[in-house]
Amino acid sequence: MNNSMIIGQYVPGHSLIHRLDPRTKILIIFFFVITVFFANSVWSYAILTAFAIGTALATRVPLSFVAKGLKPVWFLIIFTFLLHLFVSRQGDILFTVLGFPFYEESLIQGATLSLRFFLLILFTSLLTLTTSPIEITDAIESLLHPLKRIKFPVHELALMMSISLRFIPTLMQEAEKISKAQASRGVDFRTGSIKDRMSAIIPLLIPLFVSAFKRAEELAMAMEARGYQGGEGRTKIRELVFYKKDYSAFLFFLLVIAATIGTRM
Amino acid sequence: MSEQVEFRNVSFRYQEDAPRVLKDVDFSIDRGEWVAIIGHNGSGKSTIAKLMNGLLFAESGEVRVSGEVIGEENVWDVRKQVGMVFQNPDNQFVGTTVRDDVAFGMENRGIPREDMLRKVPESLKAVQMEAYEEHEPHRLSGGQKQRVAIAGVLAVAPDYMILDEATAMLDPKGRQEILETVRNVQQESDLTLITITHDLNEIVAADRVIVMNEGEVWFEGTPREVFSHKEALSRIGLDVPFVAKLTEELRSQGVHVKEEPLNHEEMVEELWNLRSKM
Ligand SMILES: Nc1ncnc2c1ncn2[C@@H]1O[C@H](COP(=O)(O)OP(=O)(O)O)[C@@H](O)[C@H]1O
Ligand SMILES: [Mg+2]
Repeated sequence: MNNSMIIGQYVPGHSLIHRLDPRTKILIIFFFVITVFFANSVWSYAILTAFAIGTALATRVPLSFVAKGLKPVWFLIIFTFLLHLFVSRQGDILFTVLGFPFYEESLIQGATLSLRFFLLILFTSLLTLTTSPIEITDAIESLLHPLKRIKFPVHELALMMSISLRFIPTLMQEAEKISKAQASRGVDFRTGSIKDRMSAIIPLLIPLFVSAFKRAEELAMAMEARGYQGGEGRTKIRELVFYKKDYSAFLFFLLVIAATIGTRM
Repeated sequence: MSEQVEFRNVSFRYQEDAPRVLKDVDFSIDRGEWVAIIGHNGSGKSTIAKLMNGLLFAESGEVRVSGEVIGEENVWDVRKQVGMVFQNPDNQFVGTTVRDDVAFGMENRGIPREDMLRKVPESLKAVQMEAYEEHEPHRLSGGQKQRVAIAGVLAVAPDYMILDEATAMLDPKGRQEILETVRNVQQESDLTLITITHDLNEIVAADRVIVMNEGEVWFEGTPREVFSHKEALSRIGLDVPFVAKLTEELRSQGVHVKEEPLNHEEMVEELWNLRSKM
């Protein structure tokens, strides 16, 4: 079975970025996204780009994996650029190719928008590349904790996420088993018209759903038998701790923000 | 008081208009005892297990655990005392890793983190799974998952452990693993053990056996006594093990087998005795 599909994009490793607290990473990403929208000069963009690429290199994740994460959005990045280039007409005409005028302002706008896009996607993808899904779940639970006061079901949300993570591989194994069983009876999932293929999926989906419901019911009973009564008064074995490296990361990031703001026009 | 689990004339049905699944069930289990409950599919074994830790409540009669009648108000206390392992290895594995799963019951009880970190490896050691603490469930065999489930129960140190057909979905190797684990656990702790099965081979090591049929207690006795009712057992849908069939066959051929041999070793022993007497 394809393991990489199960755990998403996560590439296990021991780099500094891997070892940062997941909350540190999420918070830095959050503020990075905001900062990107404040950049407006060559220097501020240069600083953010250097920071993003530097961080990407520091993860020591092979660049091919990083590129794979960007793949679905390359198209959007290029499309944004071209759209600005050809459609909007602002500023002076820079040059003309075969009678088609290129405007200076459009070129700059197209380039900065694409760059912003690129920076956002690159930087956010570093989270999923260096952080396991369960760590992200823990971080979300911890960061959303204050929302408990307004009765937001933080614990339940986190539990749902972690149980889904737990059962995705199980259900995939089962789907594979069922599809093999159906294939051995002559069901063809690969050829034929879309309609044929859709109807071939049904005998796969129905047993899968039936068993998922049965699993859910049994799991709920097992959890109850093991004393689960909701998040109240519960302790946790997985713990998140901010270490010195997290504070250093925050401090360094503050400098990056300061430099970006300082070089704005 | 030495009677720890008591069923007093317990009847139960799942729906108002449905037939009764348990009819006047009456038995008791002593402290530290190992009792096997056996019966064909649908004879009411799982219902009994669920009544023992308040997942279900009796329609009439009383279920007592450690002297207290189980009701809505003390059900969470009862669940702290009664650990349960179910049939399907996957559908009771809550954690994303072995460590998280073993800790689940302790987390629910609000046990401090330092204690959990100590208890998890201890419990895993008792089921010989200490090397798998970081593993995810999909990298474990069925037997290994069930041993993790047993470790999760041991970690919260209950007084009773119920295994409801915990071996039924395993291959012979996994089954053997679990039976051995259970035997070790029983020897090393003063747990009261209740193992539920439909396989007569699995009652051999128990102190006492309760045979269920159609929601009623059909027979109660030692494994040896149970094996002496071969014909009746197969009539109520239980597969008689090979050794017991052989005993029967030998007797019908006029060979005088004294005791009911429970396993191959005892059978061989018996045959040697016979031969040396001839
Ligand atoms: N949730 C349920 N709803 C309705 N009937 C049930 C339910 N669970 C079990 N039963 C019925 O109760 C009877 C006893 O079931 P159970 O205690 O699970 O037997 P066993 O564990 O011995 O196989 C069976 O006839 C079964 O069909
Ligand atoms: Mg059952």
